[in-house]
Amino acid sequence: MSETLIGGLVIFVLATFLGAALIGRVPPTLHTPLMSGSNAISGITVVGALIVAGAGLGWISSVLGFLAVVFAMLNVAGGYVVTDRMLLMFKKEEKR
Amino acid sequence: MSPAAERLVYLVAAVLFIVGLQRLQSPATARNGNAISGVGMLIAIVTTLITAEILSPLVILAGLLVGSAIGFWMARTVKMTSMPQMVALLNGFGGAASLLVGGAEFLKSELVGEQIPVDTGITIQLSILIGAVTFTGSLIAWAKLQEVMTGKPIIYPGQKAISGVLALAVVGLSVYQLMTAESLLWPFYAVVAISLLLGVLLVIPIGGADMPVVIALLNSYSGIAAAMTGFVIDNSVLIISGALVGSSGIILSQIMCKAMNRSLANVLFGAFGAAGPSGSAKSSAGMSVRSVTPEDAAIQLAYAQSVVVIPGYGMAVAQAQHAVREIQELIEKRGGEVKYAIHPVAGRMPGHMNVLLAEANVSYDKLREMDDINPEMDRVDVAVVIGANDVVNPGARTDTSSPIYGMPIINADHAKSIIVLKRSMAAGFAGIENELFYNAKTSMLFGDAKQSLTKVISEIKQL
Repeated sequence: MSETLIGGLVIFVLATFLGAALIGRVPPTLHTPLMSGSNAISGITVVGALIVAGAGLGWISSVLGFLAVVFAMLNVAGGYVVTDRMLLMFKKEEKR
Repeated sequence: MSPAAERLVYLVAAVLFIVGLQRLQSPATARNGNAISGVGMLIAIVTTLITAEILSPLVILAGLLVGSAIGFWMARTVKMTSMPQMVALLNGFGGAASLLVGGAEFLKSELVGEQIPVDTGITIQLSILIGAVTFTGSLIAWAKLQEVMTGKPIIYPGQKAISGVLALAVVGLSVYQLMTAESLLWPFYAVVAISLLLGVLLVIPIGGADMPVVIALLNSYSGIAAAMTGFVIDNSVLIISGALVGSSGIILSQIMCKAMNRSLANVLFGAFGAAGPSGSAKSSAGMSVRSVTPEDAAIQLAYAQSVVVIPGYGMAVAQAQHAVREIQELIEKRGGEVKYAIHPVAGRMPGHMNVLLAEANVSYDKLREMDDINPEMDRVDVAVVIGANDVVNPGARTDTSSPIYGMPIINADHAKSIIVLKRSMAAGFAGIENELFYNAKTSMLFGDAKQSLTKVISEIKQL
Protein backbone atom coordinates (compact mmCIF):
# COMPACT_ATOMS: atom_id res chain seq x y z
CA MET A 1 0.00 0.00 0.00
CA SER A 2 1.19 3.48 -0.81
CA GLU A 3 2.16 6.22 1.63
CA THR A 4 -0.79 8.41 0.60
CA LEU A 5 -3.27 5.63 1.31
CA ILE A 6 -1.78 4.99 4.77
CA GLY A 7 -1.73 8.72 5.50
CA GLY A 8 -5.37 8.98 4.49
CA LEU A 9 -6.30 5.97 6.58
CA VAL A 10 -4.68 7.52 9.68
CA ILE A 11 -6.69 10.70 9.18
CA PHE A 12 -9.87 8.70 8.54
CA VAL A 13 -9.60 6.61 11.71
CA LEU A 14 -8.72 9.57 13.94
CA ALA A 15 -11.54 11.69 12.48
CA THR A 16 -14.00 8.83 13.05
CA PHE A 17 -13.15 8.79 16.76
CA LEU A 18 -13.27 12.57 16.91
CA GLY A 19 -16.71 12.45 15.29
CA ALA A 20 -17.93 9.90 17.83
CA ALA A 21 -16.73 12.07 20.71
CA LEU A 22 -18.38 15.18 19.25
CA ILE A 23 -21.70 13.60 18.33
CA GLY A 24 -22.07 11.86 21.70
CA ARG A 25 -22.41 15.31 23.25
CA VAL A 26 -25.17 16.56 20.96
CA PRO A 27 -28.48 16.58 22.91
CA PRO A 28 -31.30 14.43 21.43
CA THR A 29 -33.38 17.55 20.89
CA LEU A 30 -30.93 18.59 18.14
CA HIS A 31 -30.63 15.22 16.42
CA THR A 32 -32.66 16.26 13.36
CA PRO A 33 -30.63 19.44 12.72
CA LEU A 34 -27.52 17.35 13.37
CA MET A 35 -28.48 15.01 10.55
CA SER A 36 -29.32 17.74 8.07
CA GLY A 37 -26.20 19.65 9.11
CA SER A 38 -24.01 16.60 8.59
CA ASN A 39 -25.71 16.13 5.21
CA ALA A 40 -24.44 19.58 4.35
CA ILE A 41 -20.93 18.63 5.50
CA SER A 42 -20.93 15.46 3.40
CA GLY A 43 -21.62 17.79 0.48
CA ILE A 44 -17.84 18.34 0.67
CA THR A 45 -17.77 15.84 -2.20
CA VAL A 46 -18.35 19.00 -4.24
CA VAL A 47 -14.56 19.46 -4.14
CA GLY A 48 -14.07 16.20 -6.05
CA ALA A 49 -17.03 17.01 -8.28
CA LEU A 50 -15.56 20.40 -9.25
CA ILE A 51 -12.22 18.83 -10.14
CA VAL A 52 -13.91 16.20 -12.33
CA ALA A 53 -16.31 18.66 -13.94
CA GLY A 54 -13.64 21.19 -14.77
CA ALA A 55 -11.11 18.77 -16.22
CA GLY A 56 -12.57 18.97 -19.74
CA LEU A 57 -11.90 15.33 -20.59
CA GLY A 58 -14.64 14.82 -23.10
CA TRP A 59 -18.38 14.83 -22.83
CA ILE A 60 -18.86 11.74 -20.61
CA SER A 61 -16.65 13.15 -17.87
CA SER A 62 -18.29 16.55 -18.26
CA VAL A 63 -21.80 15.13 -17.92
CA LEU A 64 -20.84 13.02 -14.90
CA GLY A 65 -18.97 15.97 -13.39
CA PHE A 66 -21.89 18.32 -13.98
CA LEU A 67 -24.32 15.91 -12.30
CA ALA A 68 -21.89 15.37 -9.42
CA VAL A 69 -21.63 19.14 -8.84
CA VAL A 70 -25.43 19.43 -8.94
CA PHE A 71 -25.97 16.63 -6.41
CA ALA A 72 -23.22 17.84 -4.08
CA MET A 73 -24.49 21.42 -4.18
CA LEU A 74 -28.01 20.18 -3.45
CA ASN A 75 -26.53 18.74 -0.29
CA VAL A 76 -24.55 21.85 0.57
CA ALA A 77 -27.25 24.46 -0.13
CA GLY A 78 -30.19 22.30 0.96
CA GLY A 79 -28.40 21.05 4.08
CA TYR A 80 -27.15 24.37 5.43
CA VAL A 81 -30.31 26.34 4.64
CA VAL A 82 -32.74 23.80 6.09
CA THR A 83 -30.57 23.35 9.20
CA ASP A 84 -30.51 27.09 9.74
CA ARG A 85 -34.27 27.21 9.29
CA MET A 86 -34.73 24.56 11.96
CA LEU A 87 -32.23 25.96 14.45
CA LEU A 88 -33.85 29.38 14.20
CA MET A 89 -37.00 27.81 15.66
CA PHE A 90 -35.32 26.42 18.78
CA LYS A 91 -36.08 29.05 21.35
CA LYS A 92 -36.14 29.21 25.09
CA GLU A 93 -39.15 30.85 26.65
CA GLU A 94 -38.52 34.46 27.52
CA LYS A 95 -39.13 35.31 31.13
CA ARG A 96 -42.36 37.22 31.38
CA MET B 1 -1.59 28.83 -4.47
CA SER B 2 1.18 26.34 -3.71
CA PRO B 3 0.15 22.74 -3.00
CA ALA B 4 1.23 23.18 0.64
CA ALA B 5 -0.83 26.33 1.06
CA GLU B 6 -3.75 24.57 -0.59
CA ARG B 7 -3.60 21.73 1.91
CA LEU B 8 -3.43 24.17 4.81
CA VAL B 9 -6.51 26.03 3.61
CA TYR B 10 -8.40 22.74 3.31
CA LEU B 11 -7.31 22.00 6.88
CA VAL B 12 -8.87 25.29 7.98
CA ALA B 13 -12.13 24.19 6.33
CA ALA B 14 -12.01 20.86 8.17
CA VAL B 15 -11.42 22.62 11.50
CA LEU B 16 -14.43 24.86 10.86
CA PHE B 17 -16.60 21.76 10.30
CA ILE B 18 -15.39 20.36 13.61
CA VAL B 19 -16.06 23.64 15.46
CA GLY B 20 -19.50 23.73 13.82
CA LEU B 21 -20.34 20.27 15.13
CA GLN B 22 -18.98 21.17 18.56
CA ARG B 23 -21.37 24.13 18.75
CA LEU B 24 -24.31 21.75 18.22
CA GLN B 25 -23.96 20.79 21.88
CA SER B 26 -26.50 23.41 22.86
CA PRO B 27 -29.49 24.91 21.07
CA ALA B 28 -28.14 28.32 22.10
CA THR B 29 -24.94 28.01 20.04
CA ALA B 30 -26.10 25.60 17.35
CA ARG B 31 -27.22 28.14 14.75
CA ASN B 32 -23.91 29.93 14.96
CA GLY B 33 -22.15 26.56 14.61
CA ASN B 34 -24.05 25.80 11.44
CA ALA B 35 -22.94 29.13 10.01
CA ILE B 36 -19.30 28.41 10.93
CA SER B 37 -19.56 25.05 9.20
CA GLY B 38 -21.00 26.82 6.15
CA VAL B 39 -18.03 29.19 6.05
CA GLY B 40 -15.76 26.13 6.04
CA MET B 41 -17.65 24.81 3.02
CA LEU B 42 -17.36 28.14 1.22
CA ILE B 43 -13.61 28.19 1.85
CA ALA B 44 -13.25 24.65 0.50
CA ILE B 45 -15.25 25.43 -2.65
CA VAL B 46 -13.43 28.69 -3.40
CA THR B 47 -10.04 27.03 -2.83
CA THR B 48 -10.93 24.28 -5.29
CA LEU B 49 -12.10 26.79 -7.89
CA ILE B 50 -8.81 28.68 -7.55
CA THR B 51 -6.45 25.71 -7.54
CA ALA B 52 -8.08 23.11 -9.78
CA GLU B 53 -7.24 23.04 -13.47
CA ILE B 54 -10.49 24.23 -14.96
CA LEU B 55 -10.85 23.76 -18.68
CA SER B 56 -14.64 23.82 -18.78
CA PRO B 57 -15.80 26.65 -16.49
CA LEU B 58 -19.29 26.69 -17.96
CA VAL B 59 -19.98 23.12 -16.81
CA ILE B 60 -18.93 24.08 -13.29
CA LEU B 61 -20.89 27.30 -13.23
CA ALA B 62 -24.03 25.56 -14.49
CA GLY B 63 -23.65 22.76 -11.92
CA LEU B 64 -23.12 25.17 -9.03
CA LEU B 65 -26.12 27.29 -10.02
CA VAL B 66 -28.54 24.43 -10.69
CA GLY B 67 -27.59 22.52 -7.52
CA SER B 68 -27.71 25.59 -5.25
CA ALA B 69 -30.98 26.82 -6.68
CA ILE B 70 -32.81 23.50 -6.28
CA GLY B 71 -31.25 22.90 -2.85
CA PHE B 72 -32.21 26.35 -1.65
CA TRP B 73 -35.75 25.98 -2.98
CA MET B 74 -36.18 22.57 -1.31
CA ALA B 75 -34.83 23.86 2.00
CA ARG B 76 -37.11 26.89 2.01
CA THR B 77 -40.29 25.09 1.04
CA VAL B 78 -40.10 21.74 2.88
CA LYS B 79 -42.62 21.30 5.69
CA MET B 80 -41.20 20.43 9.11
CA THR B 81 -43.33 17.27 9.17
CA SER B 82 -41.59 16.17 5.96
CA MET B 83 -38.09 16.63 7.35
CA PRO B 84 -37.38 12.86 7.40
CA GLN B 85 -38.05 12.72 3.64
CA MET B 86 -35.82 15.75 3.09
CA VAL B 87 -32.94 14.18 5.01
CA ALA B 88 -33.46 10.89 3.16
CA LEU B 89 -33.15 12.73 -0.16
CA LEU B 90 -30.07 14.66 0.99
CA ASN B 91 -28.44 11.37 2.04
CA GLY B 92 -29.18 10.00 -1.41
CA PHE B 93 -27.78 13.05 -3.20
CA GLY B 94 -24.56 12.77 -1.21
CA GLY B 95 -24.27 9.13 -2.26
CA ALA B 96 -24.99 10.02 -5.88
CA ALA B 97 -22.26 12.67 -5.87
CA SER B 98 -19.69 10.15 -4.58
CA LEU B 99 -20.85 7.57 -7.12
CA LEU B 100 -20.48 10.07 -9.95
CA VAL B 101 -17.06 11.34 -8.88
CA GLY B 102 -15.77 7.79 -8.42
CA GLY B 103 -17.22 6.76 -11.78
CA ALA B 104 -15.80 9.79 -13.56
CA GLU B 105 -12.33 9.19 -12.07
CA PHE B 106 -12.45 5.60 -13.27
CA LEU B 107 -13.61 6.45 -16.79
CA LYS B 108 -11.04 9.23 -17.05
CA SER B 109 -8.17 6.80 -16.44
CA GLU B 110 -9.67 4.12 -18.66
CA LEU B 111 -10.34 6.52 -21.52
CA VAL B 112 -6.83 7.92 -21.60
CA GLY B 113 -5.52 4.34 -21.31
CA GLU B 114 -3.86 4.85 -17.93
CA GLN B 115 -3.37 1.88 -15.61
CA ILE B 116 -5.08 2.68 -12.27
CA PRO B 117 -2.87 1.86 -9.25
CA VAL B 118 -4.43 -0.87 -7.10
CA ASP B 119 -5.01 1.25 -3.99
CA THR B 120 -6.68 4.05 -5.97
CA GLY B 121 -8.68 1.35 -7.74
CA ILE B 122 -9.94 -0.04 -4.42
CA THR B 123 -11.06 3.35 -3.17
CA ILE B 124 -12.74 4.10 -6.52
CA GLN B 125 -14.69 0.84 -6.31
CA LEU B 126 -15.65 1.55 -2.68
CA SER B 127 -16.80 5.04 -3.47
CA ILE B 128 -18.93 3.65 -6.31
CA LEU B 129 -20.37 0.79 -4.22
CA ILE B 130 -21.17 2.84 -1.10
CA GLY B 131 -22.31 5.85 -3.14
CA ALA B 132 -24.68 3.73 -5.23
CA VAL B 133 -26.14 1.82 -2.27
CA THR B 134 -26.67 5.13 -0.42
CA PHE B 135 -28.32 6.66 -3.48
CA THR B 136 -30.94 4.00 -4.27
CA GLY B 137 -31.36 2.97 -0.63
CA SER B 138 -32.21 6.56 0.27
CA LEU B 139 -34.67 6.84 -2.59
CA ILE B 140 -36.50 3.76 -1.28
CA ALA B 141 -36.43 5.19 2.26
CA TRP B 142 -37.87 8.41 0.85
CA ALA B 143 -40.61 6.50 -1.00
CA LYS B 144 -41.56 4.65 2.20
CA LEU B 145 -41.65 7.84 4.25
CA GLN B 146 -43.59 9.72 1.58
CA GLU B 147 -45.92 6.70 1.44
CA VAL B 148 -45.64 6.41 -2.32
CA MET B 149 -44.77 2.79 -1.60
CA THR B 150 -45.91 0.50 1.19
CA GLY B 151 -44.40 1.04 4.63
CA LYS B 152 -44.65 -2.69 5.25
CA PRO B 153 -41.50 -4.79 4.87
CA ILE B 154 -41.28 -6.34 1.41
CA ILE B 155 -40.01 -9.87 1.82
CA TYR B 156 -39.51 -12.76 -0.57
CA PRO B 157 -37.91 -16.20 -0.29
CA GLY B 158 -34.12 -16.29 -0.35
CA GLN B 159 -33.90 -12.54 0.27
CA LYS B 160 -30.71 -12.58 2.31
CA ALA B 161 -29.10 -15.15 0.02
CA ILE B 162 -29.82 -13.06 -3.07
CA SER B 163 -28.46 -9.88 -1.48
CA GLY B 164 -25.42 -11.84 -0.28
CA VAL B 165 -24.70 -13.26 -3.74
CA LEU B 166 -25.02 -9.81 -5.30
CA ALA B 167 -22.64 -8.34 -2.71
CA LEU B 168 -20.14 -11.10 -3.47
CA ALA B 169 -20.57 -10.44 -7.19
CA VAL B 170 -19.64 -6.78 -6.64
CA VAL B 171 -16.51 -7.81 -4.75
CA GLY B 172 -15.59 -10.39 -7.41
CA LEU B 173 -16.10 -7.99 -10.30
CA SER B 174 -14.14 -5.26 -8.52
CA VAL B 175 -11.22 -7.60 -7.89
CA TYR B 176 -11.33 -8.77 -11.51
CA GLN B 177 -11.35 -5.17 -12.66
CA LEU B 178 -8.33 -4.34 -10.53
CA MET B 179 -6.35 -7.41 -11.51
CA THR B 180 -6.91 -7.56 -15.23
CA ALA B 181 -4.33 -5.81 -17.38
CA GLU B 182 -6.87 -5.22 -20.12
CA SER B 183 -8.83 -2.02 -20.27
CA LEU B 184 -12.34 -3.32 -19.64
CA LEU B 185 -15.48 -1.30 -19.15
CA TRP B 186 -18.13 -3.98 -18.65
CA PRO B 187 -17.10 -5.00 -15.09
CA PHE B 188 -17.31 -1.33 -14.15
CA TYR B 189 -20.83 -0.96 -15.49
CA ALA B 190 -21.82 -4.24 -13.86
CA VAL B 191 -20.52 -3.02 -10.47
CA VAL B 192 -22.50 0.21 -10.80
CA ALA B 193 -25.69 -1.63 -11.80
CA ILE B 194 -25.47 -4.29 -9.08
CA SER B 195 -24.61 -1.69 -6.42
CA LEU B 196 -27.65 0.37 -7.38
CA LEU B 197 -29.81 -2.77 -7.17
CA LEU B 198 -28.31 -3.69 -3.79
CA GLY B 199 -29.35 -0.34 -2.33
CA VAL B 200 -32.96 -1.10 -3.27
CA LEU B 201 -32.87 -4.68 -2.01
CA LEU B 202 -31.32 -3.74 1.34
CA VAL B 203 -34.00 -1.18 2.24
CA ILE B 204 -37.26 -2.73 0.94
CA PRO B 205 -37.40 -5.44 3.69
CA ILE B 206 -37.27 -2.76 6.42
CA GLY B 207 -40.59 -1.56 7.81
CA GLY B 208 -41.72 2.06 8.00
CA ALA B 209 -41.39 2.18 11.79
CA ASP B 210 -37.69 1.39 11.51
CA MET B 211 -36.99 4.27 9.13
CA PRO B 212 -35.32 6.40 11.87
CA VAL B 213 -32.57 3.81 12.08
CA VAL B 214 -32.30 3.45 8.30
CA ILE B 215 -32.05 7.20 7.72
CA ALA B 216 -29.35 7.50 10.36
CA LEU B 217 -27.46 4.60 8.82
CA LEU B 218 -27.75 5.99 5.29
CA ASN B 219 -26.54 9.30 6.71
CA SER B 220 -23.47 7.43 7.86
CA TYR B 221 -23.02 5.75 4.47
CA SER B 222 -23.17 9.08 2.67
CA GLY B 223 -20.33 10.28 4.91
CA ILE B 224 -18.24 7.16 4.34
CA ALA B 225 -18.82 7.49 0.58
CA ALA B 226 -17.54 11.07 0.75
CA ALA B 227 -14.47 9.87 2.68
CA MET B 228 -13.79 7.23 0.01
CA THR B 229 -13.98 9.93 -2.65
CA GLY B 230 -11.43 11.80 -0.55
CA PHE B 231 -9.08 8.82 -0.85
CA VAL B 232 -9.64 8.73 -4.62
CA ILE B 233 -8.69 12.38 -5.18
CA ASP B 234 -6.22 12.37 -2.24
CA ASN B 235 -7.85 15.23 -0.36
CA SER B 236 -7.84 15.16 3.43
CA VAL B 237 -10.76 17.56 3.95
CA LEU B 238 -13.04 15.02 2.26
CA ILE B 239 -11.63 12.20 4.37
CA ILE B 240 -12.07 14.17 7.62
CA SER B 241 -15.58 15.45 6.86
CA GLY B 242 -16.68 12.08 5.55
CA ALA B 243 -15.41 10.32 8.66
CA LEU B 244 -17.17 12.86 10.93
CA VAL B 245 -20.48 12.32 9.17
CA GLY B 246 -19.87 8.57 9.01
CA SER B 247 -19.45 8.24 12.76
CA SER B 248 -22.31 10.65 13.44
CA GLY B 249 -24.75 8.47 11.53
CA ILE B 250 -23.51 5.28 13.17
CA ILE B 251 -23.92 6.77 16.64
CA LEU B 252 -27.42 7.99 15.90
CA SER B 253 -28.47 4.59 14.58
CA GLN B 254 -27.04 2.95 17.71
CA ILE B 255 -29.02 5.34 19.90
CA MET B 256 -32.18 4.45 17.97
CA CYS B 257 -31.52 0.70 18.23
CA LYS B 258 -30.88 0.94 21.95
CA ALA B 259 -34.14 2.86 22.37
CA MET B 260 -35.95 -0.05 20.73
CA ASN B 261 -33.92 -2.73 22.53
CA ARG B 262 -32.98 -4.28 19.20
CA SER B 263 -29.72 -4.93 17.43
CA LEU B 264 -28.83 -3.16 14.22
CA ALA B 265 -28.82 -6.56 12.47
CA ASN B 266 -32.38 -7.20 13.67
CA VAL B 267 -33.51 -3.83 12.32
CA LEU B 268 -31.83 -4.38 8.95
CA PHE B 269 -32.71 -8.02 8.37
CA GLY B 270 -35.50 -8.78 10.86
CA ALA B 271 -38.41 -7.55 8.68
CA PHE B 272 -40.03 -6.22 11.86
CA GLY B 273 -43.79 -5.70 11.63
CA ALA B 274 -44.25 -8.08 8.69
CA ALA B 275 -45.94 -10.72 10.82
CA GLY B 276 -48.96 -8.57 11.66
CA PRO B 277 -50.94 -8.34 14.88
CA SER B 278 -50.51 -12.02 15.70
CA GLY B 279 -47.13 -11.23 17.26
CA SER B 280 -48.33 -10.94 20.84
CA ALA B 281 -49.99 -13.61 22.91
CA LYS B 282 -52.11 -11.01 24.66
CA SER B 283 -55.15 -9.86 22.80
CA SER B 284 -57.84 -7.33 23.46
CA ALA B 285 -60.55 -9.98 23.86
CA GLY B 286 -62.77 -9.26 26.82
CA MET B 287 -61.17 -5.90 27.65
CA SER B 288 -63.02 -2.65 27.15
CA VAL B 289 -61.89 0.87 26.48
CA ARG B 290 -63.39 4.03 27.93
CA SER B 291 -64.08 6.70 25.36
CA VAL B 292 -64.49 10.33 26.47
CA THR B 293 -65.76 13.53 24.88
CA PRO B 294 -63.63 16.65 24.35
CA GLU B 295 -65.64 18.30 27.17
CA ASP B 296 -64.53 15.64 29.67
CA ALA B 297 -60.93 15.87 28.52
CA ALA B 298 -61.05 19.66 28.81
CA ILE B 299 -62.21 19.46 32.44
CA GLN B 300 -59.52 16.95 33.28
CA LEU B 301 -56.80 19.11 31.74
CA ALA B 302 -58.07 22.44 33.04
CA TYR B 303 -57.86 21.36 36.67
CA ALA B 304 -54.60 19.43 36.40
CA GLN B 305 -51.55 20.75 38.22
CA SER B 306 -49.07 18.77 36.21
CA VAL B 307 -49.49 17.56 32.63
CA VAL B 308 -47.06 15.59 30.49
CA VAL B 309 -47.60 15.45 26.74
CA ILE B 310 -46.23 12.37 24.99
CA PRO B 311 -46.17 13.00 21.25
CA GLY B 312 -45.70 10.44 18.48
CA TYR B 313 -45.80 10.32 14.73
CA GLY B 314 -49.59 10.75 14.83
CA MET B 315 -49.07 14.32 16.05
CA ALA B 316 -47.00 15.03 12.95
CA VAL B 317 -49.55 13.43 10.63
CA ALA B 318 -52.39 15.46 12.14
CA GLN B 319 -50.24 18.64 12.23
CA ALA B 320 -51.45 18.98 15.82
CA GLN B 321 -48.32 20.61 17.29
CA HIS B 322 -49.75 24.14 17.23
CA ALA B 323 -52.95 23.05 18.97
CA VAL B 324 -50.84 21.25 21.57
CA ARG B 325 -48.92 24.42 22.26
CA GLU B 326 -52.17 26.36 22.64
CA ILE B 327 -53.43 23.89 25.24
CA GLN B 328 -50.10 24.17 27.03
CA GLU B 329 -50.58 27.95 27.29
CA LEU B 330 -54.16 27.58 28.55
CA ILE B 331 -53.09 25.14 31.26
CA GLU B 332 -50.18 27.36 32.27
CA LYS B 333 -52.48 30.37 32.48
CA ARG B 334 -54.62 28.41 34.94
CA GLY B 335 -51.56 27.63 37.05
CA GLY B 336 -50.72 24.13 35.85
CA GLU B 337 -47.41 22.92 34.54
CA VAL B 338 -46.86 21.25 31.15
CA LYS B 339 -43.86 19.20 30.05
CA TYR B 340 -43.22 17.12 26.98
CA ALA B 341 -41.80 13.61 27.16
CA ILE B 342 -39.93 12.64 24.01
CA HIS B 343 -39.05 9.03 23.31
CA PRO B 344 -35.87 8.64 21.23
CA VAL B 345 -37.75 6.81 18.46
CA ALA B 346 -40.91 8.93 18.49
CA GLY B 347 -41.57 10.13 14.95
CA ARG B 348 -39.86 9.11 11.76
CA MET B 349 -36.34 10.33 12.48
CA PRO B 350 -34.15 11.16 15.48
CA GLY B 351 -35.31 14.43 17.03
CA HIS B 352 -38.35 14.73 14.73
CA MET B 353 -40.78 15.61 17.55
CA ASN B 354 -38.43 18.25 18.95
CA VAL B 355 -38.30 20.07 15.62
CA LEU B 356 -42.10 20.01 15.26
CA LEU B 357 -42.59 21.37 18.77
CA ALA B 358 -39.91 23.99 18.21
CA GLU B 359 -41.80 25.01 15.06
CA ALA B 360 -44.90 25.47 17.22
CA ASN B 361 -42.88 27.75 19.52
CA VAL B 362 -42.61 25.32 22.41
CA SER B 363 -39.62 26.31 24.52
CA TYR B 364 -36.94 23.62 24.27
CA ASP B 365 -36.41 23.49 28.04
CA LYS B 366 -39.90 21.99 28.36
CA LEU B 367 -38.87 18.97 26.30
CA ARG B 368 -37.71 16.08 28.47
CA GLU B 369 -35.93 12.89 27.56
CA MET B 370 -37.42 9.55 28.53
CA ASP B 371 -34.97 8.82 31.34
CA ASP B 372 -35.48 12.27 32.88
CA ILE B 373 -39.26 12.17 32.92
CA ASN B 374 -39.91 8.56 33.93
CA PRO B 375 -39.07 9.00 37.66
CA GLU B 376 -41.55 11.91 37.77
CA MET B 377 -44.43 10.14 36.06
CA ASP B 378 -46.05 8.99 39.35
CA ARG B 379 -46.67 12.59 40.34
CA VAL B 380 -48.20 13.60 37.01
CA ASP B 381 -51.94 14.34 37.05
CA VAL B 382 -52.61 13.80 33.35
CA ALA B 383 -50.45 12.14 30.72
CA VAL B 384 -51.64 13.11 27.25
CA VAL B 385 -50.60 10.62 24.58
CA ILE B 386 -50.91 12.13 21.11
CA GLY B 387 -50.46 9.75 18.20
CA ALA B 388 -47.91 7.63 20.06
CA ASN B 389 -48.43 3.93 20.64
CA ASP B 390 -45.55 1.48 20.98
CA VAL B 391 -43.39 3.93 22.96
CA VAL B 392 -45.99 3.96 25.80
CA ASN B 393 -46.94 0.28 25.66
CA PRO B 394 -46.57 -1.22 29.16
CA GLY B 395 -46.37 -4.64 27.49
CA ALA B 396 -42.75 -3.77 26.72
CA ARG B 397 -42.04 -4.01 30.47
CA THR B 398 -44.08 -7.05 31.40
CA ASP B 399 -45.24 -9.16 28.45
CA THR B 400 -42.34 -11.45 27.57
CA SER B 401 -44.21 -12.69 24.51
CA SER B 402 -44.51 -9.20 23.05
CA PRO B 403 -42.27 -8.38 20.07
CA ILE B 404 -41.31 -5.14 21.78
CA TYR B 405 -40.57 -6.76 25.16
CA GLY B 406 -37.56 -5.03 26.75
CA MET B 407 -37.91 -1.82 24.79
CA PRO B 408 -37.57 1.17 27.14
CA ILE B 409 -40.86 3.11 27.23
CA ILE B 410 -42.25 6.30 28.68
CA ASN B 411 -44.25 5.22 31.73
CA ALA B 412 -47.50 6.92 30.80
CA ASP B 413 -49.39 4.30 32.83
CA HIS B 414 -47.75 5.59 36.03
CA ALA B 415 -49.57 8.91 35.76
CA LYS B 416 -52.72 9.47 37.84
CA SER B 417 -54.80 9.60 34.68
CA ILE B 418 -54.12 9.19 30.99
CA ILE B 419 -55.78 10.68 27.93
CA VAL B 420 -54.98 8.96 24.66
CA LEU B 421 -55.71 10.80 21.41
CA LYS B 422 -56.06 8.28 18.65
CA ARG B 423 -57.80 8.00 15.33
CA SER B 424 -59.20 4.52 15.93
CA MET B 425 -58.36 1.34 17.81
CA ALA B 426 -56.03 0.20 15.00
CA ALA B 427 -52.73 -1.25 16.21
CA GLY B 428 -49.48 0.73 15.96
CA PHE B 429 -46.76 0.26 13.38
CA ALA B 430 -45.47 -2.83 15.08
CA GLY B 431 -49.01 -4.27 14.98
CA ILE B 432 -49.04 -4.90 18.73
CA GLU B 433 -51.98 -4.64 21.10
CA ASN B 434 -51.47 -1.88 23.68
CA GLU B 435 -52.87 -2.61 27.17
CA LEU B 436 -52.48 1.06 28.13
CA PHE B 437 -55.69 1.71 26.19
CA TYR B 438 -57.58 -0.74 28.41
CA ASN B 439 -56.18 0.67 31.65
CA ALA B 440 -58.89 1.84 34.10
CA LYS B 441 -57.11 5.20 34.37
CA THR B 442 -57.13 5.73 30.62
CA SER B 443 -59.67 7.73 28.64
CA MET B 444 -59.63 7.49 24.87
CA LEU B 445 -60.36 10.59 22.83
CA PHE B 446 -61.03 9.25 19.35
CA GLY B 447 -60.70 11.30 16.18
CA ASP B 448 -58.19 13.43 14.32
CA ALA B 449 -55.79 14.77 16.94
CA LYS B 450 -55.88 18.33 15.66
CA GLN B 451 -59.69 18.46 15.52
CA SER B 452 -60.03 16.86 18.95
CA LEU B 453 -57.53 19.29 20.48
CA THR B 454 -59.24 22.27 18.85
CA LYS B 455 -62.49 21.20 20.50
CA VAL B 456 -60.70 20.72 23.83
CA ILE B 457 -59.23 24.22 23.51
CA SER B 458 -62.62 25.87 23.05
CA GLU B 459 -64.03 23.83 25.95
CA ILE B 460 -61.19 24.89 28.29
CA LYS B 461 -61.73 28.52 27.30
CA GLN B 462 -65.38 28.25 28.38
CA LEU B 463 -64.56 26.87 31.81
